[in-house]
Amino acid sequence: MRATVPDDRLEAELPAPPDALVQLLDPEGRRRSDPLYDPYVADLTGDDLLALLDDLIVVRRIDVEATALQRQGQLGLWPPLLGQEAAQVGSARALRADDFVFSSYRENGVAYCRGVELPAIVEVWRGTAQAGWNPYDVNMATPQIVIGAQTLHAVGYAVGCRHDGVDTATITYFGDGATTQGDVNEAMVFAASFGAPVVFFCQNNHWAISEPVGLQAQRPIAERAPGFGIPSMRVDGNDVLAVLAATRRALERAHRGDGPSFIEAVTYRMGPHTTSDDPTRYVDPLEREAWSAKDPIQRLEAHLREAGILTDETSARIAAHADAIAAEFRAGCLALPNPAPLSVFDHVYAEPHRGLERQRAEQQAYLRSIGELEEAAE
Amino acid sequence: MTQLTLAKALNTGLRRALADDDRVVLLGEDIGQLGGVFRVTDGLQQEFGRERVMDMPLAESGIIGMAIGLAYRGFRPVCEIQFDGFIYPAFDQIVAQVAKLHYRTRGAVRMPITIRVPFGGGIGAVEHHSESPEAYFAHTAGLRVVTCSTPQDAHTMLRQAIACDDPVLFFEPKRRYWTKGEVDESFEHAFDRARVVVEGADVTLVAYGPLVATAIDAAVAASDEGVSVEVIDLRSLSPLDLDTVEASVRKTGRLVITHEAAQFGGLGAELAASITDRCFVHLEAAPARVTGFDTPYPSARAEEHFLPDLDRILDGVDRALGRPSARDLLLTSGGAR
Repeated sequence: MRATVPDDRLEAELPAPPDALVQLLDPEGRRRSDPLYDPYVADLTGDDLLALLDDLIVVRRIDVEATALQRQGQLGLWPPLLGQEAAQVGSARALRADDFVFSSYRENGVAYCRGVELPAIVEVWRGTAQAGWNPYDVNMATPQIVIGAQTLHAVGYAVGCRHDGVDTATITYFGDGATTQGDVNEAMVFAASFGAPVVFFCQNNHWAISEPVGLQAQRPIAERAPGFGIPSMRVDGNDVLAVLAATRRALERAHRGDGPSFIEAVTYRMGPHTTSDDPTRYVDPLEREAWSAKDPIQRLEAHLREAGILTDETSARIAAHADAIAAEFRAGCLALPNPAPLSVFDHVYAEPHRGLERQRAEQQAYLRSIGELEEAAE
Repeated sequence: MTQLTLAKALNTGLRRALADDDRVVLLGEDIGQLGGVFRVTDGLQQEFGRERVMDMPLAESGIIGMAIGLAYRGFRPVCEIQFDGFIYPAFDQIVAQVAKLHYRTRGAVRMPITIRVPFGGGIGAVEHHSESPEAYFAHTAGLRVVTCSTPQDAHTMLRQAIACDDPVLFFEPKRRYWTKGEVDESFEHAFDRARVVVEGADVTLVAYGPLVATAIDAAVAASDEGVSVEVIDLRSLSPLDLDTVEASVRKTGRLVITHEAAQFGGLGAELAASITDRCFVHLEAAPARVTGFDTPYPSARAEEHFLPDLDRILDGVDRALGRPSARDLLLTSGGAR
């Protein structure tokens, strides 16, 4: 009798989570064909693929150099992106120059691809400024530290682009932890309601400092977007081709004026949350080991060697390029000047504010009185 | 010159701002078809379209966050927060983003966002509809905070706020929305300058927003007793126009400050400290504060016991003048200090 009655438990209403993940390169570097996504990377030449490899290796090299700079006391803090290179490079290289990025603080690989000057990437972390670059120079907002706040800015910018009658797209980066924030959920409602040309790019790196993704989401994160009326894709975030293809697909929709998309790039934070973190207190070494076998650089290298595109000579050239960039990065970092004493008063307001002007004058007088103000350093 | 209510003066200010600059956009809940719960945006969506006057989904953080993105893109968003007590979900976007983006980016990104907030009590409302949260924002570097008390100032200052390249919290005294007054659309004054509303010689009474009218009533009542009260409408709460208050206190030697917001850490404390710093030797008595209490805003039928009214302000004037006041009872009865 029982077997003929439909399952009346409410949880039976939940569909089984799909385990499908868009993947064009498997961890061994084998090219997997996908009729939907293949066309989005069909134009890539051998040189294009080598350029992507170069990006991945350079971005990792910058990251390693930054961690070293922090350990040497040259940076106050650094948030490593180790393991997430493909998610960042693949998505950033899909963007047009006029597309605009609103990111979180770990997207240093995206910043590199956008053409941010090397020392500017590190200025915030050295403590010489609150932002390293002029957002309009590279069409990338300076990184957001408050979790998820930038997603709303992206929606506003995207709506502004539509008001202006341009087909520019906006992309916003955030992590799995951010998907719990109200702002991210509000951003998805707003984007859907206004049909904003925005791409929500979630790097699910499995960790929000020490909290596993299971504390944020009981289902694949990509599943949330359709509930907001936003189509979504779930891609292998360690596969630079899959990420590039998925982002191109989402951007195509945005450029066409068809509205927002959501991408969950499934990846893994191989290092600590920041250089102040100690992941040995919470990461299972076996889990980390399993993910190191899915390394984004190894699989592209394997693929390109198999295809005869990557030779030892090219590999050495890329390594030398990465080392040169790292040296330039280090030198630029060490040359960043400390802010002048009275610069703390600069740019609080765009127009004169008499209260602050008085306070600045008082501090100036104080610094003079103790002989700590060089006229030139004001 | 036309006679307008304060709400209508704001409406004509918004209409002029929308007409003068096509980068001005309005964002808020119920501001389109309905024209706002106080009708401040009445007719504007019909006139300027749904792209310029946007009804927003119900999320205050979302409204401000989206305004930030629009400002990044070069727009001048004017956001309506429906009631004072509903601004808190947007607190992070206002104090951590709007206020700091110009500073963070060393001037590269401007945030010419106006955030309109109907504030204050006296309308018999339910909880969260009568609050005075201005001190939170005046405390935040990067924001300007202003409030108006007359239809003329409502019109002029709102247009100035929208034209300002800095973010402005624009507090509208909701119980004065229906006050009528002359409005000259061509009138201009310094945006951050206080206004001497009533000239006087014996005591300086500083008010802003909804209590300016009450302060004027107090000045009239005091004059019946032979006390000459100078009333100042601060208009701008950040920056404070200390010069105007200082000039008055140098003349009168006595200062009373009144606001609906709680006393602790409020604008009255800031003003008292700053004026004492500037005018110590000119003061004949300690500055007196007449404010809302350090309690949550009470229920509608108790609000008359919370809000500073004519008599409480006059009691503060007496205190500043060294005349017998309620405070004496407390001291002579040995009550808690």
